[in-house]
Amino acid sequence: MSRFKKKKGSGTPAISTASLPDIVFMLLFFFMVTTVMRETTLLVENTLPQASEVKKIEDKSLCSYIYVGAPVSGIQTKFGTEPRIQLNDSFKLAADIQEFVASKREATAEEKKPQLITCIKADVDAKMGLITDIKQELRKAQAYKINYATYSSVD
Amino acid sequence: MSRRSLPEINAGSMADIAFLLLIFFLVTTTMDVDTGLVRKLPALPEDEEEIIDDSQIKAKNIYVVLVNAKDQLLVEEELMEVSQLREGAKKFLDNWGKNPNLSDNPQKAIISLQNDRGTSYEMYIKVQNELSAAYRELRDREAQKKFGVNYTKLKGDNKKEIRKMYPEKISEAEPKNVGGK
Repeated sequence: MSRFKKKKGSGTPAISTASLPDIVFMLLFFFMVTTVMRETTLLVENTLPQASEVKKIEDKSLCSYIYVGAPVSGIQTKFGTEPRIQLNDSFKLAADIQEFVASKREATAEEKKPQLITCIKADVDAKMGLITDIKQELRKAQAYKINYATYSSVD
Repeated sequence: MSRRSLPEINAGSMADIAFLLLIFFLVTTTMDVDTGLVRKLPALPEDEEEIIDDSQIKAKNIYVVLVNAKDQLLVEEELMEVSQLREGAKKFLDNWGKNPNLSDNPQKAIISLQNDRGTSYEMYIKVQNELSAAYRELRDREAQKKFGVNYTKLKGDNKKEIRKMYPEKISEAEPKNVGGK
């Protein structure tokens, strides 16, 4: 009978890991739902200015991003140090913005078109000249809703 | 009998697979919320007449804010620091005809912002922020008086009412190039 006797004094019993997949799946679903894939690699320096009167962007998928800033240090020999405009994954000129906005509009469902917004993510060191050019192009493209991306700061 | 003897699939590696996926999403996820100042650009003027239309607004109802290429601020022809702009704008908007040089009422008041091509973006955002803050503070004050809550907490018609009282009219002049590059 002693065969069935439990051994004693062999330390604490192992913790059951049966529920581990459940926990991990829970986390996984959380991240799957909240994730937004990074669409572009930044080619420009992008330190946004601070502002306190900010609004959140409700739906990022309705946003077309225009990045403005000096090229990052690795590619400065090729592209110079003057602030430039980046659309999607490459440097563009202000004149290309109309096409960029139009293609975004094309890809959006009809009922969501009025909510389209253009986010200008400009570096603090950028000059208003370039921003003004962008704004003029956006007016020509009839994309009037814009958002100056900023970090939010407390007063 | 043979059906019962089917071996169970080992689910021990399920955790590993889930971990792998989890780590992938952990790495690719960006949790930052996009925040910013939302503005509406005006439509391009159709012809010359519309530009001239500006002059029909009484000069005292326009609060002229100029920012030059050296990031200096000229407000109503006086030098000003950014820190004073909020108070200045509030005084202008909330005048109700008391001071003959300032606005008649907030509905008629327009803030005209003009910048140079050489103005830094940082300064421009600071100015925009201060002007927004002036409107926000006035709206908050009015909302507190009427409904006991801040403007952003208001909903529907109440919000519209306050917005109608203090409409945010920040006009940006057609771009000019004064200070050179």
